[in-house]
Formats: sequence, C-alpha cells, structure tokens
Amino acid sequence: MDELKEVLITTDDIRTDEYLINMGPQHPSTHGVLRLLVQLEGEIVHNVQPHIGYIHSGIEKMTESLSYPQIGHLTDRMDYLSAHQNNEAVALCVENALQVEVPERVKYIRTIMSELSRLASHQLWWCVMGMDMGALTTFFYGLRDREDILDIFEETCGARLTVNYSIPGGLMFDIHPDFQRDVKAFIKKFRTKLPEYDRLLSGNVIFTERTKGVGILSKEDAIAYGVTGPTGRASGFACDLRKHRPYSAYDKVTFNEILSDVGDTYARYQVRMAEMWESMNIIEQLIDNIPEGDYAVKMKGVVKLPEGEFYQRVETARGEFGVFIVSDGKKNPYRVKFRSPGFSNLFAINHIAKGWKIADLVAIMSTFDLVIPDIDR
Amino acid sequence: MAFNIYDFTTLTKSIHEGLSSQFSPTATLAIEWTIVGLAYLLFVALFGLFLVYAERKVCAAFQQRMGPMRVGPWGLLQTIADFIKLLMKELITPKNADKFLYNLAPFIVIIVSFLVISVIPFAPGLVTFDFDIGILFVTAVSSVGVIGILLAGWSSNNKYSLIGAMRSGAQIVSYELSVGLSLIAMIILAGTMQISGIVEGQREMWFIFKGHIPAVIAFIVFIIAGTAETNRGPFDLAEAESELTAGFHTEYSGIKFAFFFLAEYINLFIVAAMATTVFLGGWMPLHFGDFEGFNQIMDLMPGLFWFFFKVLGVIFLMMWFKWTFPRLRVDQILNLEWKYLLPINLFNILLMAAVVLFGLHF
Repeated sequence: MDELKEVLITTDDIRTDEYLINMGPQHPSTHGVLRLLVQLEGEIVHNVQPHIGYIHSGIEKMTESLSYPQIGHLTDRMDYLSAHQNNEAVALCVENALQVEVPERVKYIRTIMSELSRLASHQLWWCVMGMDMGALTTFFYGLRDREDILDIFEETCGARLTVNYSIPGGLMFDIHPDFQRDVKAFIKKFRTKLPEYDRLLSGNVIFTERTKGVGILSKEDAIAYGVTGPTGRASGFACDLRKHRPYSAYDKVTFNEILSDVGDTYARYQVRMAEMWESMNIIEQLIDNIPEGDYAVKMKGVVKLPEGEFYQRVETARGEFGVFIVSDGKKNPYRVKFRSPGFSNLFAINHIAKGWKIADLVAIMSTFDLVIPDIDR
Repeated sequence: MAFNIYDFTTLTKSIHEGLSSQFSPTATLAIEWTIVGLAYLLFVALFGLFLVYAERKVCAAFQQRMGPMRVGPWGLLQTIADFIKLLMKELITPKNADKFLYNLAPFIVIIVSFLVISVIPFAPGLVTFDFDIGILFVTAVSSVGVIGILLAGWSSNNKYSLIGAMRSGAQIVSYELSVGLSLIAMIILAGTMQISGIVEGQREMWFIFKGHIPAVIAFIVFIIAGTAETNRGPFDLAEAESELTAGFHTEYSGIKFAFFFLAEYINLFIVAAMATTVFLGGWMPLHFGDFEGFNQIMDLMPGLFWFFFKVLGVIFLMMWFKWTFPRLRVDQILNLEWKYLLPINLFNILLMAAVVLFGLHF
C-alpha cells in the first residue's frame, strides 16, 4: 500500500513551485485517448504519469465467448494500424496449436500484406510526427501516399483498415487479380516519394535541433522496460522478430535489421524511415514469386484447440505483439492474453522524459508511435 | 473631386478644401477624423477577411488540396460566413477570471494594430500621420501589444493560457530587439526616420539593392524577427495545437476571439508592410538609377498597386515557411534571438555604418 502511495501523484506531495497539467484525454491532436498527468516546473517535466483505460473495450474478455476464427476479427480493432499483423498472430497461434501446415502461397501473401500494413503504419506515423512538430503539411503528404495501400487492401480484403484477412487455416479470400500489378505500381511510386519526405523533414535544421539528443533511451533500459519494435531497435536492442524468430515467409527473404546505438528521438525517427525502405525491398522480393496453390486449408467447422497454453509472437509496426491462448479443449478459449507493444513502450516514457520540456515530451511521444486501443484493449 | 490614382494628395486636398469651405475648422477636423477612422476600419475588416481566405487557399495549395470551395464561388464568402458565426457565438467568461482585464485584453491588441497601420504610406499622399520619427513610433507602439497577450493569458484563470502567454511574452519582447535593430541599420542608410522620407529616398533604387550586403542581412533578420513578433510560422508555440490547445486565447469566444484572430492577421500585414516600406521601396516603383525608359515603364503602374503587390509577395513568403517548417521549442526561439540574431544585427549595423560612411553603396 505504501508503494502504491509512492506511485500515485496526489496534490499533497507537490512542491509549491511545481504544477500539474493534463495532456489529454481530450486533446486536438494527441495519439488517441490517453491521459498524461505531467508534473511540471515551469517548462521542465519532472514526472509523467500515463493514465490508460479510456478506450478499454474488454476485448480479452470478449474472446472468451467467441470461437477461434472469430477472435481474429477483434484483433483488427486493437492496433488498427497493424491490423493484418495482428490477424496473422492469432492465425499462426491457432495453426501451430493444431499443427496445421498452410500452403506456401498463404505464407507469401501474408508476408506481403504484413509488410504493406507496416508501410501504411509508418506512413501514418511520419505524417503525425510532422504534425506534432508543427509542420502541418506533412500530414497531407503522408496520407496521400497511404491511400494507395488502402486501395490495395480494399480490393483484396474488402476493408481499408480493419482487414480481417488472415484466419486460422489461411486467408479469407484469394488475392485480387490486380493485386500484383497494383503493389508493384505502388512500390515504384513510393520509392520516388520517400526521398521527398527526407527533404521535407529529416534534413530540416529546426527538426534536427528538436530531436537530436532528446529523450535518450539506453539499451539496458529498453531491455528492462521491454521496449520492442523500432523504438527498441533505435536503442540498440536487436529485437526484430522477423530476423530472430522468423515466421511465414520471412526466412525466404533477405533484409537488414535496422539498429542504432544512439537511442534519441532522431534515431527512432531514422530507424522507422529506414524500415520503410526495407519493407519495400521485402515486398519486391516476394511479389513476383507468389507460388500457386490454395489460399486456405480446409479446417473443421468447429475449431477446438487441445488443452494447454499456446503463444505466438509477431513483429508489428510498433513492436512485439504476442497472442497467448489458454485452452481447456472447448470451442471457446479459456483465456486469451494479448501482449501489446504499446503497453510496454508507454511506461518507458516517464523515465526518459524527465528533465526535458513539454515540446520535447510531445516529440518523444510521437516517436514512440503509440496506438491507444492497442494499450487499452 | 479630382481623383488621381498616381498621387492621392489631389484627392485629400480636394476633400479638405470642400469640407473647410462648408464647415468651421473644428468641424472639418472632426469630420475628417471620422472619415479616416471609418476608412481604416473598412480596410482592416476587408483586408483581414481577404488575408484569412488567402491563408486558407495558400495553405491548401501547399497541402495539395483545394481549400474552401463551397461557400460562394471558389469559397470567397467563407470568411464572411466564419465571421458571422463568430459574432453570433455566446460570450463565455470563465469562472474566477479577472473580468476587467479579461475584457480589456483583446481591445489592447486590436488598438495597437490600428495605431501602427495609421503611419504606413499606402500610396503617395495616402498616409494619415507622417511623423519625423515614424519608425520609432512603429516600434514603440507595437511593443504595447505584448501587454494584451499577457493580460489575456493571466486573466483567463487557465494554466494552459498562462503557459502560452508567458512563452509568447518572452518571445515577443526578445524579438522586438531584432526588429528595432534591423530597422536602425536601414535608418542609417536612409538618413531619416520619417517614413515618407524613407520611401522618397528609394526613388533611385530600393534600399535592399542599394545597401547590398548589409541590407539583405537586415531584411532576412527582419523577416525572421517579424514572424516571431506575430506568433506565426515556425515560432507559433504559443498557440501550438498539439501541446496547449490554443494558448493564450483558449478561453475567448465570439467577438473577442475574432479580435485576437484579426489582430494576428493585421500584424502579419504590418510586418509585411514595414518590410516593403523600409526594404522594398513602399509604394515606389522599381527604378534603377539612370535607366529612364525602364523607369518610365515601371511608373505606369500606380504606387498603390506596387505597394500591395510587394506586401502580398512578402505575405506569401511568410505563409510559405509557416506551412513548411516544424515549430521551434521555446528555449530554441530565445536562443536564436539572443545568441544569433542579436550579434548578427549589431555587426550588421557596424557594417552598414561603414558602407554609408565610405560611400560603398550603389
């Protein structure tokens, strides 16, 4: 109880020259319904306490009354920018539990869709980062380019954002006949646009002054807090699951794991920009070589997992997303726990934002790339 | 009434003579003041509307979209609709706000803008006050604007407004130094502080060309400091949406917010107008010394059009970098002023003095 009292900020233990402000939950442009209670002295941040739960929808509880193929549908809505990667995680978990082998075609398509989803997520991250920094034009440039990916998703999966495409056993539908043509056209176009992003923001002296050296997360802290994804890799923590624990078709492609040893805001920014290039390389290696075959394996009508615990992790745009299913042999899971990357990343912010100013806190928050429904579930 | 667009003194003289023949001198003066006041109100209102519309269209063009298109042809009536909406809004005063100061703040800000406009020459003969210390008047009066901002932030009884007002106050007070010093460099070149004298002195060549290196440096510093003065562009941290909602004018609604909003755009006009008057020749057409034929062609366009052409050019430049660059942090803004712009300015003044003394200008 004493430890709890230490952690909770009340007005009793505020010194008189500090004050508390709330950033959120309602705010014109933060990343969702997150409340940050910031303890400030003038402009300097002394403590940041995130309060989450404003968008808690009880997803993990809901899964207890759904069948296994239906769980995938809910995972779209958690980290909605990495919707396909979440679907893939559940599908892989159930397939591994049932020891079902999916055709090669499915693996290739899943990897391509995951990489497209990563690209779309990083594009949105870039445009919101620029907007948070004050360069409001970047918002429109990023969204303009993202439209092509969303059109591809809509053609093949039927939805732009909540794709619900990978299910246990394979895919919901086969890819659209225009899929390969559209993806190749998009890659060709985006390769010319990405240098434009660099010209607009990365080289800008105002931007570099605001991000270099700001909010350094050391490698030990990243490992201790469990910060994964581009945020962790920017601190030197080699945590790319696509490299270290490959799944789907990732062992068939060659790509670099982008690491940086600086760990400041600029490093996190650069890691994500470089990851966009790598994603395009991965897609290009796969798009022409999709093997023929079925797009799904016929599963039983009622899917029942054997008793036990099963875990599957994938690398989403934000970090390591894990699905932990506890099954008691019935057709609904006993318990499903989602390990969300945002949840672990968020709580490292307090540690690294101490001593910086409010504007730096905004910069740090936007490079952590948090999606709040992912944290709250 | 004689109306010569090339020289408004004919118009003003004929109005004055017409009135003084009808009324007593005091009545004439009173009527003239009323006419001038109404003319300024009309100008501020119309130009403010135009600038808001222009900003939205220019910003949309940079962002590859269209901007207002539905209200009126090409969205021209959009700003009018916005202002009617603002006028109809409920005026909410926050609880525990200091009522007198809360209501006073927007008026201070808008009155200061009006005062500064009154000394700017729009065309030959179209100027209200022509002091022999015109430039000093401009810098002095625009300094009063910061009081309005600080009062707004303090009296709103709101933490965010207070933070915004403090940041803004520090920023404006610092950058006034740069504005004043870069104007001093040009006064050295012009030899007079009287604004009409400065414009006349650019009959041969605009000061930015005449003073070559020091004038260009002063121009760049003036534009940077001028944008910081108006809380615009990369220096708009007082109203940073992603951080503090709306800064010092968070708690204002309706007509009071309209005053702050209008004052911001009129300040933009003022900075651009001072830049054109002192650096780019004011209403003086582009002349180059001895090229008589060229000068005469340039004279075909009346001074009023030259003035607005230049002002709109500078305004476009300022809008351009507002929508491109990210925002600076407050300590970086102050750093920029005290560690970089101020020494550059002081050095530039020395340079300009040397240029004038040794006759090294064109």
